[in-house]
Amino acid sequence: MGSVGAKEVPVLMTPDGRRIDGRRWDELRPIHIVAGPLRQADGSAFVEWGANKVMAAVYGPREVHPRHLQENHRAIVQCRYNMAAFSVDERKRPGLDRRSQEISKVIAEAFDSVVFAEEFPRTSIDVYIEVLQANAGTRCAGLVAASVALADAGIPMVDLLPAVAVGKVAGEVVLDLKKEEDNFGEADLPMAMVPQSGRLVLLQMEGHMTREELSKALDLGVKGCREVHEKMKEALRARYTTTDAGADA
Amino acid sequence: MGRSHRPHRRGDRHDESSPDSGERVLVLPGDQVAGHGWKPGRGTYRVGDRVFASVLGLYQPRPPLAQVVPLNGRYIPKEGDEVIGTVVDVQGTFWLLNIGAPRWAPLHMTGTPWSIEIGETQKYLHVGDAVLVRVESLDPTGRIGVTMLGDDLGKLEGGTIITVSPAKIPRVIGRGASMIQTITRLTGARVAVGRNGRIWIDGPPEAIQRVAESLRLIDDEGHRPGLTERVESYLAATASSADVLMRSTPRSLVDAAPEREGPEPDRSGPEDP
Repeated sequence: MGSVGAKEVPVLMTPDGRRIDGRRWDELRPIHIVAGPLRQADGSAFVEWGANKVMAAVYGPREVHPRHLQENHRAIVQCRYNMAAFSVDERKRPGLDRRSQEISKVIAEAFDSVVFAEEFPRTSIDVYIEVLQANAGTRCAGLVAASVALADAGIPMVDLLPAVAVGKVAGEVVLDLKKEEDNFGEADLPMAMVPQSGRLVLLQMEGHMTREELSKALDLGVKGCREVHEKMKEALRARYTTTDAGADA
Repeated sequence: MGRSHRPHRRGDRHDESSPDSGERVLVLPGDQVAGHGWKPGRGTYRVGDRVFASVLGLYQPRPPLAQVVPLNGRYIPKEGDEVIGTVVDVQGTFWLLNIGAPRWAPLHMTGTPWSIEIGETQKYLHVGDAVLVRVESLDPTGRIGVTMLGDDLGKLEGGTIITVSPAKIPRVIGRGASMIQTITRLTGARVAVGRNGRIWIDGPPEAIQRVAESLRLIDDEGHRPGLTERVESYLAATASSADVLMRSTPRSLVDAAPEREGPEPDRSGPEDP
């Protein structure tokens, strides 16, 4: 993505341990989550995560289209992750590409493992993720947005699904890479975790790490996911305590 | 559901949909709601001897049952519910209705007041038509059977349909149908309320507009106290000369002859061919 190689490699880590945007190795970018901004969808969420801006909408459970995908003992989870043409520096060619297909698939599978799908046989839970502005870590931001949207849609599930990317930059294991760190760093490791059990339901890696670095990165990711989880809960509470806390069942 | 024997708070509603007046805590999926000795009720699941919430909602325990009443989500059908559906498909012997539930509901031609020959279903209801039906049967695979045989049921001719959250329908109806009677009395509109959150309104455009606005008020602010007063004052403030006559009807007269809950929907099918 982008024009790697053409640019000079920026200073990714200062001698006193500051990263390109001033963060320490174990700090997240600022995260702001809004639950339920869309009226038409059954559930929705908007996430600003550093310079990422991601909107997610959830529909369902509803009838499955196309029909042959229907499963007669459970719901299926379908996901479409899409990046807007204007989400990156150089215009992205709109529509599905191999990257977005892959991300859609891993996100759908992550949710499939936390949603109580048996409660809605022969239906589909459809998750739409639109990346409006990208700055590394959009699959995690998208997953977080989609998870808040699923809760907002009233879908029964084991837990919210926080996600974060860990990586290796200038020889150091760091939390939540931003674009320059992703482009010029040595490794990128996005992960999603079920906080209730500590189970990982999404784990991918690009680049190289030693065994020790990987284990350090996983610990760091778990810590990051817990912080993201708090932000997700705050957003949902903010929405429902101001408008619906006393609502009838 | 057994009625709780806890004392009701002042102003608490007594219809079956009234929530328990106990503590109501907002919980999110994955929050632990109970420990050892509790059974998982709806909206929860159990791991070991801990019970967690599976949906966003209010925790309303009824010992020994830990349960979470969801605050959002699709309409989940219950047997006996009157719901408003729109026809999405016409088959030889049945229509498929969208009632806002996870699945479409087939309305079989034997469930209508009309005597229909096989293959003539499209003469009676078309795609897009709205009907008031009752949920008759549910099965574990999620199939929903509905019928149009019943007193208030039938095709809804004309009018418009507004959607609110199904969770707010008890508020729309009000205690002893008080809210819906207030609205119909002050606007003169005909209204049919479906348990699935869809509300059919017919009457002069201005009356429809006022009912729709009242419903939006209930949907957005249904949890705040004094809802009936606020709806009434909204309707009084927007009353125009067109329905001054309606409003000037002595209240005692209206109260003496309470309206039926819901409207008198048009039961006539198309003219018999």
